[in-house]
Parts: sequence; C-alpha cells; structure tokens
Amino acid sequence: MNALRKQLDALKKPFGKGQKLEKFAPAINAFDTFLFVPNHTTKKGAHIRDAVDLKRTMVTVIIALLPALIYGIYNTGYQYYAQTGESFTFIDAFIHGAWKIVPMIIVSYVVGLSIEFGFAVYRGHEVNEGYLVTGLLIPMIMPVDIPLWMVGISTAFAVLIAKEAFGGTGMNILNPALTARAFAFFAYPTYMSGNKVWVSEAGAVDGISGETILGSLAAGQDVKYSMMQMFQGSIPGSIAETSTLWVAVGALILILTGIGSWRIITGGIIGAAIMGLLFNLWGANALMSFSWMNHLVVGGFAFGIVFMATDPVSAAQTNKGKWIYGILTGIFCIMIRVFNPAYPEGVMLAILLMNVFAPTIDHYVVNGNISKRKKRWINAQELKTA
Amino acid sequence: MKIIKKIQTRRGAQLNIKGGAEKVISRTPSSDTFALKPDDFFGTFPKLLKKEGEKIKAGEPIFFSKNQPSVKFVSPVSGVVQTIQRGPRRKIEKIIIANASDDDSVSHDVSTFESMGRDELKSLLLDSGNWPFIHQRPYGTIANPEDTPKAIFVSTYKTSPLCPDFEFILNKEVEAFQDGISILNKLVDQPVFLGTDASHPGIFKEISDVQNYTVAGPHPAGNISLHIQKLAPINMGERVWTVNPEDVANLGRFAKSGKFSPKRTIAITGNAVEHTKYIVTKLGVELQPILDEQTLLYPHNRVINGDVLTGSTASTEGHLGYYNNQISIIPEGNDYRMFGWLPFKDNNILSLSNTSFSRLFKKKGFEVDTNLNGEERALVVTGEMEKVFPLDVFPMQLIKACMIEDIEKMEALGIYEVVPEDFGLIDYANTSKIEAQEIIRQGIELMINEVG
Repeated sequence: MNALRKQLDALKKPFGKGQKLEKFAPAINAFDTFLFVPNHTTKKGAHIRDAVDLKRTMVTVIIALLPALIYGIYNTGYQYYAQTGESFTFIDAFIHGAWKIVPMIIVSYVVGLSIEFGFAVYRGHEVNEGYLVTGLLIPMIMPVDIPLWMVGISTAFAVLIAKEAFGGTGMNILNPALTARAFAFFAYPTYMSGNKVWVSEAGAVDGISGETILGSLAAGQDVKYSMMQMFQGSIPGSIAETSTLWVAVGALILILTGIGSWRIITGGIIGAAIMGLLFNLWGANALMSFSWMNHLVVGGFAFGIVFMATDPVSAAQTNKGKWIYGILTGIFCIMIRVFNPAYPEGVMLAILLMNVFAPTIDHYVVNGNISKRKKRWINAQELKTA
Repeated sequence: MKIIKKIQTRRGAQLNIKGGAEKVISRTPSSDTFALKPDDFFGTFPKLLKKEGEKIKAGEPIFFSKNQPSVKFVSPVSGVVQTIQRGPRRKIEKIIIANASDDDSVSHDVSTFESMGRDELKSLLLDSGNWPFIHQRPYGTIANPEDTPKAIFVSTYKTSPLCPDFEFILNKEVEAFQDGISILNKLVDQPVFLGTDASHPGIFKEISDVQNYTVAGPHPAGNISLHIQKLAPINMGERVWTVNPEDVANLGRFAKSGKFSPKRTIAITGNAVEHTKYIVTKLGVELQPILDEQTLLYPHNRVINGDVLTGSTASTEGHLGYYNNQISIIPEGNDYRMFGWLPFKDNNILSLSNTSFSRLFKKKGFEVDTNLNGEERALVVTGEMEKVFPLDVFPMQLIKACMIEDIEKMEALGIYEVVPEDFGLIDYANTSKIEAQEIIRQGIELMINEVG
C-alpha cells in the first residue's frame, strides 16, 4: 500500500499547486481519491468527522442497483432465447444480455464522465460522484435494442442540459438519468415505443413479439403474463425495470442504509395503490380495470419510485415534503398510464413532473415554519402593547 | 425543587468517543504566562488600555470593546504585559501577560451589594471585568449592558462530546453559585432559568430563587438554544442572556470578595490522553505546562480549546480559552485509507450513518482523529441534518440562506434562535463535509453588521 501511495504521489507531482498541470488537478484527484481516502484533516468547524462521504453514499446506491442490473442482464437473454425457442442455459442468457448491455454501460460512463471531468477542470472543482449512479441508471432504464449512439447522445444531453446548465451536482431540478430517458423517448419515438424494441433482436428476428404489458394493455390486447411473472420480472421491458423482486431488494438496501428516503418510497406505493384502486372501481377500459396490485409490479413504477424518485437532489428535501412528493408521484404515475395510452410508461413523466414541483412543495412546508415564527412575533408585539 | 418544564428530545446523537475525564482533580502545574484572545469574544473589537511592558494588576482592565466601550476585559493575574501578538492587518490576536504571582489585585467595594439597584450593579460588573461572563442571544455575543433581557439562562446540563460534569466541578461551590444567581436575578425581571440533568439534578436542587427545568436527550440537547426555544423563544428584537455555570460561581465569589474571580476548572479529555482528569486553574492559562504533565499516546496530536465539535485549535504556544471548561486532545489523522469509501469498510471509524457497522459495536468508546474522511462536495443528501438538530428550525434551508446572504430569509428561518455551536453535529454528520458552523458564523456576522 505504501509503495503504491508513493508512486501515486510521484505521479501527482506535476498536478500540484503552481506546477504545469495544476489546472487538471481535479481529473487526477478523481482517480486518486478513488483509490485512497485523502489525508485531508479538518481545518475549521468540527474537528472530527463521520466516516460517510459522498463516494460511500453513491457506491451504496450502486450496490443497491446491482441485483436489478444482474437480473436485467439475465432477463435480456432469457426473453431472447425464450421467444426464439432456442434451448439455453442461465449462462447463455446472461452472456447474451451482457453482450448487449455492457457496451451501453461503457458508452454512458465514457460520455458522461468525460463531460463531468471537463466541467470539473473548467470550473476548478473536484469531480462529484453523483454521475457514478446516473451513469449506471441511464442504460438500466433504456430499451435493450436502442442503438449505442442514442445512448451517447441522450447521456450528453442529460449531463449538459439537465445538470451542468443548472450549475452541476446538487443544483439540478430534474433527475439527469430520467432526463436522458425522456430525451430519447421524445427525440426518437420510433426506437422507444412500439413492440420491436423491448426484446433483444426483436426487430431482426421474426417470431419475437416484444410488446410490454402496458403497451399491449393500451392497445387493448390481453396480457399473457401472470402476476408472479410480473413480480419476478421475466417480462419484456426496459433493461432493469422488469423485476419488482430485485428492485425490492435494492429498496431494502437503500432504506436500511438510510440512503434512500423511505418516506418517498412508501408514499409512492401508497399513492399508486390508492389511484389504482380508484381506477379499478371505475373500470371503464382494460387499463382501468387492470388490478391495482398489478399496477405496482408492472412497468417501471417500482424501479422509478425506488431509484429515481428518491434522488435527493431533485426530490423534495423536507420530511413532510417527501411524503407529499412520494404520494403525488404514485398518483400521477398511474393516472398518466391510464389516461394517456400514448405514453404507457407514466412513471417517467410523473417523476419529472414532480421534480419540477418539489421546490414548490418544500416552499410551502418551510413556509409553515416561517409563519409559525412570525405569528409568535406578532403575539409578542401584542402582549407588549397591551 | 419545582420543575417548570421537562425538555426532552430524541433528535441528535451522543458520540461514543474514548477519553472522558475521570473525576479526579489533579495538581495544577504553575504557569508563567496567561493570555486573553479577542477571538474568544465573538463580535468584539478590542481597544487596548495597556502597552507592552506595562505592569498590570489582577482584575485591572487590559482592553475594552470598541463597539461597547463600557465592557472592559481584565487581567486574570498580576504581572507585566509581555507581548501583544498581532496577525494580518494588525489584528490583535493575543495579549500575553507574564505572571508575577504576587497576588496584587484590584478590589471593588461590594459591601452595599445587597441593596444595589440594577444600574449600579451593572456598572460595578462592567468596571470589575465581570461583564464578559454574560452572553446574549441572538448571535451569542457579549451582552449589551443597556438591555434588560427577557430571561437569563444557566444550564448545568452539557451533552457535547466528553463534556465536563458541572455537578462535579461545582460541588464544593454551592454557596458561590447561589450568590451568582442572586446577582443575575437583579438583572432580569423574572428569576433565572436553571437547567439540570433530568436523571440527576445533584447539588443544583439546593439552589433557590430560580426557575428549574430539566433536560434529557442526546447531544445537542444540552445546548442552550434548545432550552431558550422551549421556554422563552426569541422574537425579533428580544434579548435573552446566558451564563456558563462556572462563571455564575465566579460572579458569586466576586460579590463576596470584591475581587475578579478568574477560576476555571478544566477537564482534560480526548483519546490521545492516557490519564484524563480535571485540573483547577485560571482562564487564559498557558497550556504547555499542563500538556507537559500529560502522557500523550500519539506522536502528532491536536490540542483543542473546547470540545471536538465546536472547539478551536490551540497553537503550540497556546493558552486556555476564556470560556471553555475543557481541553480535548486527539491525534491528527493525516493519513490515507485505501478504498475507504467502500460501505461497511473501516468500521472502527465512528459513523452515524447506516453505511457503517460502527454503531453496532457496543464499545467503550471509539478512537477518533482529525481526518476529514472524504472531501467537500456539493450538498446532495437531504434529511441527515434534521436527524441531529432538535431545534424547530430547518437547518439546511437556514444554511443555504446564509450562503446566499439573504437576510430576510435568514430572519424568517430563525437565525436569531441559533448560534454556530448548534451546528457542530451537522458539521460532523453531513455527507458533503459542509462547514455548517462556519457558514452560520458568517451569517451571524452579516446580521450583526446589517441589522445589529
């Protein structure tokens, strides 16, 4: 460890203060701090600090994403082989999925991190770790057959417009990963909807029907999957959204470590369940009478509410606000699904919509505290004059 | 003892750190120098009354406050003004007095103390150098003698890490403490609020002429901001005064003897100290002779005037702060940790976050050091500040208002009800390593300059 440290210090020398490459220090620091927690000590404020930092927080989210990702990789292969009718093993399916998905992850990280590093050097701040999560989320919520260049362009759009334009990590209003998804959705609608993109090679191989459940419901067709399949995730859909089971494992990790807000997740489930129940009672069409329990396990709802709605930067920031934000996200998700069959995937639009409203929710929650203080002051004034 | 309120809170955290002071009073080493540091008096700009080389008696003023000229600061010992240390832009950093130990002190007439009116008492306290013992809220500056406060608070319940036990410090000084309370009662229209530990009031239940309240809960439950908010919340324009428990006894001793009493009992704490203990000395004492008598367990240590969350680093020729009853000595943590960002790695580092198993260990106490355990980042994680902040104030929103210097918003969000030390645990706990105390301190300085 010491030898490695010495080599690193030697390597970092030209990036030091007053040296030739000082401007690029954030880039080399990003690699260094990935290997070692730096030797910085407290200069002002509290003299001791918690072991937690942003890197640890973000890595925890990545760990929580892994079950859904691994299942998503397997499911990609499984859908392909199951529909073509070839015999296959678990390993076959996994390799097929990895062959499709790993390049997407690489593209997303390379494009996004290059922009992040560029901005860090340009603005002279350290590279923030937030992109480690965003960069993994982007491919996870894309359809499997999306061309790689589209992943690249969506990523660039999301990082530039949704994040850096607002001032970088911590300042963005919209969730960057969802913005990438929304960009792809609206810019290349033919690639992002219909029945040819959800299963690997569906466009090239006859006999594969890649319809998602919500898609076929919107088209008025029957659903040929059982609720157990929907829960387990052996259905077509965006790469990692299908398995509610493994998303729930991720949710458990997020909640137990305290990284993801249990208030938003619970609120979202309550909101969606209530809205689903109301529509069930109404029952005017196939989507409305689709059982509320199925609504919770199908499509991107579970993935969205656990991993996207809980993004602390774009979500509501007060505890009360988180409940309101979560419940409304759930309600809007099901509402958009049911009322607008052109966009069967309501969760993306619901979260983006609530991202925009989150500051307003917080504003009213904080205002409650402010007006309490004002009232106390007015009461005190009255007492004095009386 | 009638209790008017039981304050209880769950939000906060008691940091389980090694090195609390053992309840023994050990020999006091003799010290050659004492010093006053104007930085200890937040919001005070000193104007010197003595030059280098001049003789000074104990209790004789050395400087006064430019913005409140009646507030005088006196020497704790008799001797000679040795050096006046200046920093950048000739700012006075330290006034060092060489101790002559001849006990030559200024004496004030306190025979008429019992019958003194409020104004007469105030000018006596101001002239004798006792006034700086009294702080005001908002802002945590030295009280303005022209005000009559809404209430005066004294809390003997402390919760800060490794904090000294005031029941131990004052257990032989009940009488002086009671006299001090009587002085304070003359300055305010309702009896002094006296806070005690809910589980163990100890000697303080014998104190009369006070409004007793009890406090229970983890740090920062012992911070007086919480007590004020629960009992006499500060509205715009109102003033509440606070006095440290040992200074109440110092005031009491002055009332009996007429001499300025600079007594300071300090707890020597921290995981770098082999034998933690208490010593009795005077405020502003030179630290080196005290440190020389300790066995330190690490080669590189940081000496902190105060506790590990809110204290200030003492330099190598450091002197004890004016107000603190505690010295914390902890090892410097300037080393690297490989892959230290992995969750559940390095569980030997105390963490309030669930991304570490450290809280599951029921150890006797954690070793701490000064490593930042990461680097400063943008504010990302939400909700973690509220968990360690019991005041009815939105901490993150207030911090952001201070960052953008929006005075109206700071006022609305409760800047009058907080002091930087309330944010000590936020400094510690927040993921982005934001310097919350520093931000709040700058916010308060802005308020003093703009609103006053």
